[in-house]
Amino acid sequence: MHEHDVLVIGGGGAGLRAAIAAHEEGADVAIVTKLHPVRSHTGAAEGGINAALREGDDWELHAYDTMKGSDYLGDAPAIETLAQDSPGETIQLENWGMPFSREDDGRVSQRPFGGLSFARTTYAGAETGHHMLHTMYEQVVKRGIQVYDEWYVSNLAVTDHDDPADRECHGVVAYDIKTGKVEGFKARNGVILATGGTGQVYDHTTNAVANTGDGAAMAYRAGVPLEDMEFVQFHPTTLPSTGVLISEGVRGEGGILYNSEGERFMFEYGYANNAGELASRDVVSRAELTEVNAGRGVEDEYVYLDMRHLGEERITDRLENILHLARDFEGVDGLEEPMPVKPGQHYEMGGIETDENGETLIDGLYAAGECACVSVHGSNRLGGNALPELIVFGARAGRHAAGKDLGEAEITTGKTSEIEEETDLETPVEPGAVTTTDEDVAADGGAAVVEPDETVRHTVERERTRIEELMEKDEGIQHAELREDLQKSMTENVNVFRNEEGLKQALEDIREVREAYQDVYVNDPSRTFNTDLIHTIETQNLIDLAEAITLGALARDEFRGAHWRQEHQERKDDEWLKHTMLSWNDGSPELWYKPVILEGEAKTYEPKERSY
Amino acid sequence: MSTQVPEEQEQTDPETQETETSVEPQESPGDRRRAERDATRQRREQAAAQPAEPDEDAVLLKVFRYDPEVEGKMEPRFDDFYVPREKGMTVLDALIYARDHFDTTLTFRHSCRQAVCGSDALFINGRQRLGCQTQISDLDNPVRVEPLPHQDVVKDLVVDMEHFYDQMHAVEPFFQPEEESGGDLEEYRQTRDNREKIKMSTRCIWCGACMSSCNIAAGDNQYLGPAAINKAYRFAMDEREGENMKEHRLNVMDQEHGVWRCQTQFSCTNVCPKDIPLTEHIQELKREAVKQNLKFW
Repeated sequence: MHEHDVLVIGGGGAGLRAAIAAHEEGADVAIVTKLHPVRSHTGAAEGGINAALREGDDWELHAYDTMKGSDYLGDAPAIETLAQDSPGETIQLENWGMPFSREDDGRVSQRPFGGLSFARTTYAGAETGHHMLHTMYEQVVKRGIQVYDEWYVSNLAVTDHDDPADRECHGVVAYDIKTGKVEGFKARNGVILATGGTGQVYDHTTNAVANTGDGAAMAYRAGVPLEDMEFVQFHPTTLPSTGVLISEGVRGEGGILYNSEGERFMFEYGYANNAGELASRDVVSRAELTEVNAGRGVEDEYVYLDMRHLGEERITDRLENILHLARDFEGVDGLEEPMPVKPGQHYEMGGIETDENGETLIDGLYAAGECACVSVHGSNRLGGNALPELIVFGARAGRHAAGKDLGEAEITTGKTSEIEEETDLETPVEPGAVTTTDEDVAADGGAAVVEPDETVRHTVERERTRIEELMEKDEGIQHAELREDLQKSMTENVNVFRNEEGLKQALEDIREVREAYQDVYVNDPSRTFNTDLIHTIETQNLIDLAEAITLGALARDEFRGAHWRQEHQERKDDEWLKHTMLSWNDGSPELWYKPVILEGEAKTYEPKERSY
Repeated sequence: MSTQVPEEQEQTDPETQETETSVEPQESPGDRRRAERDATRQRREQAAAQPAEPDEDAVLLKVFRYDPEVEGKMEPRFDDFYVPREKGMTVLDALIYARDHFDTTLTFRHSCRQAVCGSDALFINGRQRLGCQTQISDLDNPVRVEPLPHQDVVKDLVVDMEHFYDQMHAVEPFFQPEEESGGDLEEYRQTRDNREKIKMSTRCIWCGACMSSCNIAAGDNQYLGPAAINKAYRFAMDEREGENMKEHRLNVMDQEHGVWRCQTQFSCTNVCPKDIPLTEHIQELKREAVKQNLKFW
C-alpha cells in the first residue's frame, strides 16, 4: 500500500496546482493520473485566463460579469473568491515562467472575451492551456513531487457509514496500466479529485477521449451529491468533422460569424444586437443552430467564422494556432477562407458539490476544476473563466487538504434545513443502478468498515474482484458499442435544444445501456496496457453521469443559461433560483434542491434580464 | 497476417433484423433513432464480417502487433485491417475504428485528437508523425503503422516513454529567475521580441517523435536529445532568467552528451509535428556555448 499525506487524482491544471499548493504547505503529496500530466486536457485550452489586473478593472467587475453570465445560478461567495484570487494566481504563473503574450511595455497582454465588461482575458497566443499545463508541470518537477503516471484510479476508499455525511475518505484504489497491478493508496490528510470534464458523454465534443468524468462518477457513487449537471456548455465554434475547438479568441479579436446567405446573423436576426459575436456562449450556440434549422446553414450543418479581415500579421501574432488547427483538421486555410464551425459539447458546468475550500460532503474528500461545482459558472460559463477556476480552487483545495486553515466556508455542502425534495418527477424508467447491491457502490453501509487501513484494503479487494470478473467473462457485449449508443442518444436528445420527449427518450436509452452493461466483457486477456479494460470501466462512469445530466434537465422546466427547454421559454426565478442536486443514495438517485447564494461580500446580486 | 474479425459478429443478429422491420410508419424520433442505430449496427457487422476483400473505398492498415503476455502475440507481427474511408479521416480515426469494430485488444495511446497532448506519436509509413494530425488521404495505401523506433515496445503501438521523460527532466526544465519579481502582482517584464524568440521552443508537446528520429540518440543513450535540448533553449533564451542562469544552462548543454553530439542531420526538425526548428535551436546553443567559453580566454 502506498501512503502519502495528500493524494491528487488527475494531473491537469487543477491537479498540478493543488499538488504544488499542498507541497508548499509542507505536505507529502503525490499525483495519481491515468495519463502523464503533460497529456492532460488542460493543454487543449486556447483562450485565456480572466484576471482583473489593470487599472479600470477590479475584481468586483469580474464578479459581476460572472454572476450575470451564470444567469444568476452561481454562488456569490464562490464567484467573489474566483475574482479575488485570480490576479494573484495568474501573476504567480508568470512568475513561474509561463510565456504569456506581451504588451509593448513588457507586461502580460489581455484581450476581450464574450460577456466581459473589460478586456481582462490574459493569454499566451491561442494556446494558453498548453503553456499553463507545462509551466505547472515544470514546478512539480522542480519540487520533486511524486507522480504515478498511467495509473487509473478506479474507486475511492470510503468508510461504510450509512449516512454519507458521516463517511470519510482514506484513499483510493488504482490500477497500474503498464502492469495490471491493483494497489491501494492511503491518504493521511485528504484525497483531491481533479479528474476534469465528462465530454465523452457526447459524440461531438471538444474534450479529449480521456474526459470520461471518472472522479465525478466515483464521488457520486460514494455518496457525494452532484450539482447542476444539466448545465452543459456547448461551445459555438468547433470544427464540424472533429469537434476540435476554435478559440473564442477569434471572435475576441474581431472574427465574424455569417450564414450561407452571407448575413452577419448575430445582428441581422437580432440574437445579440449589442455584443454580436461576443455574446455569451449559450446565446451564440443557439443562434447558430437556429440559422441552420431555418435553412440558412451551410450544408445543413454549420455556419462560417471569418477572420480573414484581421490581416495575416495579427492572426499570426495572436491566433497562429487556429491556422494550424483549421488546416490540419478541416483542410481550410484561415487566411484565405472562412472556417466552418458548429456548436459542440465543451464544458460541464456542474459536478461534485464542494465549498470554496474544495471540501465535499465526505470528510477527507476534495474536488477542484471541471469535475467540481463550487459553483462559479452557474448555468453558463464565461470564456476565460475555466483556467482561473483551475488555479484558484486547485490551490485552495491543495492548501486546505494539507491542513492550512482557510476559514469557515460560506457555501454549505449536503442537505441543510433549506432543502427541497423533488417528489413528482415523471421518469419513463427507474433511474439508477440495475441492482442496488451493486458491488461498485463504494460505501454501501452495513459492513462497518471504518478504520483507515482496513477501508483501503477492503476497497482494493473489491476492485480486484471486479476487474477479475470483467476479464474472466468470455462473451457478452463490448464497451465500444455501449459507449456509442450512449453518445448518440445524448447528442440527439440532450443537446443545445431540449424537450421533454427527447429527455425521456434519453433516459430510456441510458437505462438500456445500463442494463446491457451487466453483460459487458473485456476481450483483451492481457495485464499489460489493457486499454480495453480501462475503457470498459470508464463507460460505467459515463452511464452514471449521462443519467445525472438528463434527470436534472428533465426536472428543470425553465430556460436558464445553457439549459433551453422547448416547452419552457422563460427563466422562472420564483421557482428555479436553486441548484439541482442529485444523490446516488446506494443505487437510486435522489433529486433535491438547494438555494442559490446571491449575497456577496458587499452587495447582493439582483437577477436581471441577461441581454448582450 | 490475419484479419481481425470477431467470430460472433459474422452472423447478422436476428433480433436486430426484427426491430428493423417492425418500425411503425408514424415513427417517433426515438423509434427513428433506434432504427438508425440498428442500421448502423448492421453496417458495422457487415463491415466486420467482410473486410477481407480489399475495397477501393477501404484503407488497408497494416498494424504492428506485440504483447509480451499473450501467447500468439509474443512474436511481433503485422495485422491487416480494412477500414471504410471517410472524408477527413486521420490515421488515429482509422485506428480507433479498427479497435472499436474489429479488435478491442488493439492498443495505442491517444487522448486529445488535436495535436496537443502528444500521446499518439507513431511510425506511419516510415516516418514519425502524430496519428491524429495525419490525414489518411495524404498517405499511400496501405498505411503501415508501427510504434516509434528506438524505444522499447510495451505492447502493440505503445512504447516506453521513461527514458524520454528522464532526458527532459535532466535539463532542469523549470524557470529559475535570479531576482524576485517586483512584488505582489508584479510580473517579470519580457519584451515582445524575446517572447517571439522563445515562442517556437515553448510549443513542444513531449511527443517523442524527434528523439525517435535521431540516429545519434539511437546510438547514445546518454545523449540528451533534441526535445530536452529544445527545453533548455526555451529557458536559456528567456531574458527573464538573467545572464548568470543562462551561463549555467549553457554549461549543462556544453557537455559530452549535450549539444555537441548533434550532427545536424535535421531529422528531428523534419518530423516535429509542431514545426519547432529543433536543429537550429541546437546549433544556436552550440554557438552560444562557444562564445561563452571564449569569454574566459
